[in-house]
Amino acid sequence: MKHTIAAIVENKPGVLVRIAGLFSRRGFNIDSLTVGTTDNPDYSRMTITVRADEVVLEQVTKQLNKLVNVIRVSELKPESSVGRELAIIKVNAKKETRSEIMQIVSVFRATIIDVSPKSMIVEVTGSEGKINAIERLLRQFGIMELARTGKVSMVRGSKVIKT
Amino acid sequence: MRKMSGAEAILECLKLEGVEVIFGLPGGVLLPLYDALYDSDIRHILVRHEQAAAHAADGYARATGRVGVCLATSGPGATNLVTGIATAYMDSVPLVAMTGQVPTNLIGKDAFQEADITGITIPITKHSYLVKDAKDLPRVFREAFHIARTGRPGPVLIDLPRDVTVGELDFSYPDLDLPGYNPTIGVHKLQIKKAAQVLMEAKRPVIYAGGGVRYASASKELLGLAEKVKAPVTTTLMGVGCFPEDNPLSLGMLGMHGTKYANYAIQESDLIVAVGARFDDRVTGKIAGFAPSATIVHIDVDPAEIGKNVKVDVPIVGDAKSALEELTEAVEPKPWSAWNDKVSAWKKDHPLSYEKSEDVIKPQMVMETIYELCPEAIIVTEVGQNQMWAAQFFTHKDPHRFISSGGLGTMGYGFPAAIGAQMARPDSTVFDIAGDGSFQMNIQELATAVLNDIPVKVAVMNNGVLGMVRQWQTLFYEKRYSGTTLGNIPDFVKVAEAYGALGLRATRPSEVEPVLKKAIDSDRPTVIDFVIPTDEMVLPMVPAGASLSETLELEG
Repeated sequence: MKHTIAAIVENKPGVLVRIAGLFSRRGFNIDSLTVGTTDNPDYSRMTITVRADEVVLEQVTKQLNKLVNVIRVSELKPESSVGRELAIIKVNAKKETRSEIMQIVSVFRATIIDVSPKSMIVEVTGSEGKINAIERLLRQFGIMELARTGKVSMVRGSKVIKT
Repeated sequence: MRKMSGAEAILECLKLEGVEVIFGLPGGVLLPLYDALYDSDIRHILVRHEQAAAHAADGYARATGRVGVCLATSGPGATNLVTGIATAYMDSVPLVAMTGQVPTNLIGKDAFQEADITGITIPITKHSYLVKDAKDLPRVFREAFHIARTGRPGPVLIDLPRDVTVGELDFSYPDLDLPGYNPTIGVHKLQIKKAAQVLMEAKRPVIYAGGGVRYASASKELLGLAEKVKAPVTTTLMGVGCFPEDNPLSLGMLGMHGTKYANYAIQESDLIVAVGARFDDRVTGKIAGFAPSATIVHIDVDPAEIGKNVKVDVPIVGDAKSALEELTEAVEPKPWSAWNDKVSAWKKDHPLSYEKSEDVIKPQMVMETIYELCPEAIIVTEVGQNQMWAAQFFTHKDPHRFISSGGLGTMGYGFPAAIGAQMARPDSTVFDIAGDGSFQMNIQELATAVLNDIPVKVAVMNNGVLGMVRQWQTLFYEKRYSGTTLGNIPDFVKVAEAYGALGLRATRPSEVEPVLKKAIDSDRPTVIDFVIPTDEMVLPMVPAGASLSETLELEG
């Protein structure tokens, strides 16, 4: 079962390696990990998606909380949060396939951010499922390169995870 | 505010934290710090190997409950501390390890004697710091000592680049500001109420106490609860001494080499109250078969320990002392029960025992004799058979007088840890219960003990082999003694004398008491070579991976 965790951490050197090391040492599986500063430059926010059952998830949360540089850890439940991931995909695009690709891009409300005689770069934002779907559809043209950010997530409504 | 150098500031911080002694060994990048130390009141014990510095600081910490401090230079000095830091981490020992580091402008350049010690020790420290600016020193030291000693204690490493120790700063000791570090202090009242209820309803309760009781200094509270509800108490190796073993409710140690009656009681219990213990595999045996019909109450200061290895019915996060106090208040006194009778019968029928001998020295008898001659001794152990005999056959009553590497199981720990314990308790008799294998791992510290007049007694159980592993080979590997025969054992009496220590030997049972008396009366570091049989085993034994109900029965 996949879970999404948001962690507010101190924006200091070595914090990422402490967290990554914790996951590998304790045998927790990370699906994705994103990190960036928050509105307060002293703190960063990490969104971590893990594959774990409830018992392991509890351990992940508790072990993260033990790290001195970790300020706050919250699980973001899918029913009460929004999550987005961004992907940029370089796809083979010849004259005869270009319009078909553009149709797919438009259906997915994605954008084309680079065009060359032999390729296009597609930028798409959405849920993991949506990105998987466009990836599947673009595969027929030949995906040359793909980069995904991993998910960022936030609780719906006015509740916040304070920094 | 006073202007001072980084090195002076470090010593000022140590003084403010009440540090009286540090164990260390210098090196190039530490020259400024050692130069400042030359004029300081803080006592520096020069060890012969940095591993011993970490273990000595650890022994000092365990004997006192205070933070132990060790110091090593960059690169190999720092990496030599690693085993000692890992030992402290596994047993939750408050330790501050300081390491020298190459100057900040050389970090990452593979400079001479450079090692990324903060990186290396991330998995074995509670927290660590690489100080990059002298003005951060007071804050870092303040935080490091606070983190090391509070909550679940543990080692904290401070890496000190050379230029930081010579840099200037205006010294002031800051207030703590650690938004990400909030160890639980209070105890949840509702959880106490729930625990009290299950304890009142239980017919066959057992209290299972670990090292957390020792760190919380909660022995008195543990005794209070046990006596009020007449619950038998078993301890882990780390909890040995937390509950007086001469008390009728004591079950001694449980687990792989625990008493049969402790393991029987656990397996038949309908309630386990775990206090400051972590359901380690050496304690539980096969986890699926552990205490099959018991409700589990788990008190621990570290929330991550609760639910880590077993499913817990009543979790209580908090300090063992306050939790036990509140729980004792919340329960009604219970009378001696049929369960107590049953447990007492097991104790009578299956005592710890060994075959006595007139001809050869039985290690168990050595432990009993040490107890008879010196019941107040601080017993430090190495790791292996010697450790188990020391846990089993000495009657322990005080957790700060039994010091042993439990979690990591570090051979070579005992002797330097005994040096640290003796530094902390100069008026106590301190024994290192050793094996001939373990003792040789840090035997060089005889020089440290002699030079500093640290009168530790090393009682070597000399069987010529790596006894615990050999025992497993005897039992499970068809006596194929691969790699466990030490062969060339040095003459420990001569080794002791060569270092300027007192060397004694006993080869017959009748010599045990006289040599022990001689050792106890001596004010010099002493090594006693007890020649014991090669194949004396540690029993009882639950084989690894078996449930606690499956004690190995040996024939003959």
